[in-house]
Amino acid sequence: MDFGPYLLLAVMEGLVMSAALALTAVGLSLVFGVMRVVNVAHGEFFMLGAVGAWFVTQAVPGPPWIGFVVALVACPLMVAGVAAVADKLVLRRLHYDPEATILATIGLLYIIQQAALSIYGPDARPVEAPFTLRLQFPWFGYSGYKLFVIAAALLILAAVWWLMTRTKAGLIMRATQQDRTTAQAFGINVDRVYSGVFALGAGLAAIAAVLIVPISQAYYLMGSDPLLLAFIVVIIGGLGSLRGTLVAALVIGLSDGVISMFFSPTLAKILATLLVAMVLVFRPQGLFGAKP
Amino acid sequence: MAAMTLLQARGLTRHYGGLRAVDRVDFDLAAGEIHALIGPNGAGKTTFVGLLSGRVQPDAGTISFHGKDMTRLPPHVRVGMGIAYTFQITSIYARLSVLENVALAVQRRGTKDLHAGTVAALHRVGLAGLADQIAGTLAYGHQRLLEIAMGLALQPQLLILDEPTQGLANAEIEAFKSLIQSLIPATTILLIEHNMDVVMDLADRITVLNFGTVLAQGTPAAIRGNAAVQNAYLGAYNAAG
Amino acid sequence: MTRHGLKIWALHLGLIAVLLALNWVLPAYHHTNLARIMVFAVFAMGFNIAFGYTGLLSLGHALLFAAGMYGAGLSASLWAFPALPAMIAGLLAGGGMAAVVGSLALRTSGVAFMIVTLMFAQAGYLCVLYFGNVTGGDEGIVIGAQSRVLVGINLSADTPRFLFAWALFGAALVGNLALMRAPFGRVMIAMRENEDRSRMLGYDPYRTKLIVMVISGLYAGIAGAAYGLMFGYVGASFAAIQYSILPMIWVLLGGAGVVLGPFVGALFMFYLIDISSSYTTANLLVVGVALLVLVLFAPRGLLGYARDRWLPWLP
Repeated sequence: MDFGPYLLLAVMEGLVMSAALALTAVGLSLVFGVMRVVNVAHGEFFMLGAVGAWFVTQAVPGPPWIGFVVALVACPLMVAGVAAVADKLVLRRLHYDPEATILATIGLLYIIQQAALSIYGPDARPVEAPFTLRLQFPWFGYSGYKLFVIAAALLILAAVWWLMTRTKAGLIMRATQQDRTTAQAFGINVDRVYSGVFALGAGLAAIAAVLIVPISQAYYLMGSDPLLLAFIVVIIGGLGSLRGTLVAALVIGLSDGVISMFFSPTLAKILATLLVAMVLVFRPQGLFGAKP
Repeated sequence: MAAMTLLQARGLTRHYGGLRAVDRVDFDLAAGEIHALIGPNGAGKTTFVGLLSGRVQPDAGTISFHGKDMTRLPPHVRVGMGIAYTFQITSIYARLSVLENVALAVQRRGTKDLHAGTVAALHRVGLAGLADQIAGTLAYGHQRLLEIAMGLALQPQLLILDEPTQGLANAEIEAFKSLIQSLIPATTILLIEHNMDVVMDLADRITVLNFGTVLAQGTPAAIRGNAAVQNAYLGAYNAAG
Repeated sequence: MTRHGLKIWALHLGLIAVLLALNWVLPAYHHTNLARIMVFAVFAMGFNIAFGYTGLLSLGHALLFAAGMYGAGLSASLWAFPALPAMIAGLLAGGGMAAVVGSLALRTSGVAFMIVTLMFAQAGYLCVLYFGNVTGGDEGIVIGAQSRVLVGINLSADTPRFLFAWALFGAALVGNLALMRAPFGRVMIAMRENEDRSRMLGYDPYRTKLIVMVISGLYAGIAGAAYGLMFGYVGASFAAIQYSILPMIWVLLGGAGVVLGPFVGALFMFYLIDISSSYTTANLLVVGVALLVLVLFAPRGLLGYARDRWLPWLP
């Protein structure tokens, strides 16, 4: 294959990556924006979504698409539930103190990882895609399911945007993000908002994982890459900026996909981690956020 | 008597968005004087003092100390040059003992005879008996005294006090006044104050700020008689005589 | 000698003496364990100097430990350094890496600082994997015997290894104690307690914290170098995030901001995992639960509480 088509393939792979990344990053960004909390276990919520999808598709009889649809609904809800419980039992008790929360979520990370290891096991297992459709381009064949992933992600992101800007719940979330004390003075139950946001963030990560898992595999350690990439996206895109997150997800996803294809994935990750560090040191507001 | 200018500000300006907190202020501080800075709330006093101490960066203008330009110097360097600053909202090491608090200030001048120097500094403000108490458990008035002790322990040439008598009882205010008067002329004092009794009793000169600009500057008598200042600020005080 | 000075030195030197005595008392298994724990305690002391005393919560200390380990290991395997120069190389690598990372990371604070240090450590770990043909990657490097004899002390044998670890631990403990009782130690604590006030007393926060990071890096580096030479193996796993989390747990458990905290924490945690692994393979769970319990219910740690309640003079 010539360079041109090879690049196109890399770009399309990058777009799929961006799609899942955007969902995961928006989840992290919401949590960070509204609660001012860094959730290091965010990647584990992603992993739970994928592992849960494996269990669900194994359990549900009939053609693969039925199991997949059930997983697409059930897994995010289940993971959101886990997140809400974690928030109530742990984060709330710490009064969302920034440093203590990071430490606590590290603890959560280990616990969730161990749970997956014990219940699901150390192996990586595939999950069947709901449909197999091969689209034939002039230079290569491409999986129709991957295009579906991009479309589904866009749909869900649109729904999240609609939720945040057009509904009362979204208004309440944005109000709490702006000024927690004033929100409380207006009778908003900030604790409940935080639980909801934390659950929503986890649910978005889980949905991204369910969409992605037919293309990759479910593995108990699969949370660390999405976590790192989501971090990069949120920090570069700027905190509290949804638009920034989406643009950054597109850029990061594409470049990671392209670099991974032409160079080594490890090198791509090294560059990405250093990029996050440098942005935080020299331009902490990211590309779109407000100057602190 | 020729007074040496210790600190000089020219055209000092600081905006916050559209608000001119400090607007092209010229200011001269003579060595060995007690200079009070007064004005209504929001006049820009704390911002001005923030500019002098280095905690706030100016948008325009210069500040010089002993004739040397220090406009771009960070706060800790200015402290090293001989300027000490106490906060409007008391800022001490709440979890450390009174002794440790002052020791940190004394240590900045050198670590020889640290313990003796610390105890001496405590005696100066009358806190020697409370040396082992945890600073956060002190009564409010004593916490303010502790801050002043820390400032004095730096042996500064200029001591900037931001509303030092706020929250103090009358007896404590009298003690504070005696302490300040004992410091000059070796130390120059710049104080922001709302308590007009303290200002009129202590100050050699007064600068009145309003809306970020200097409304008037002069001796206490001159300020008392100034019509503009009366309108803006003094009002009832002057009427009472 | 200040008020409690005699008590304090007696306690710390006493511990060092007890540990020496254990050399002839402990059975082989615990003997090696304690050697390991003492080296880990040096690493943890480095972390405590940065976090417990100065308030710098770094999530990237594995980078400094690994820098020391690879500094020693690579100079031994690539350039056939004997043990002593290799150790010094590791020490300097730890300090140097801390200086570089610190000079950048200390331009941030709080959560941003945590993330920046985490990112640098992750990049370091990935570099170890990427340059695997030099570093041995995941498989690591076995250190040759000639680099494991330190001025006549054969580090591959149990007793010399223990004594070496003991000497390193003793020096580190004494150094840490001396540091905290010196004027600079007071400034470190001042930065943690009230940085703004410290600045207004004329102390330079950036410079103070950078010095602290370098000292922390020297401790972590020598610990890494020692561990590598003592057990003859250098591997990528020591650069992974696990080795940034563990010193944090050791310090939190033993007591942050207490000189003896890191040792107590390392001792307890080591045996907690050791004992629990005879009941379950769920080691990650033990670490995770320990961290959660500490953060939620016991953030002051064992010696922290002891100091609050009974021993206010504990440095």
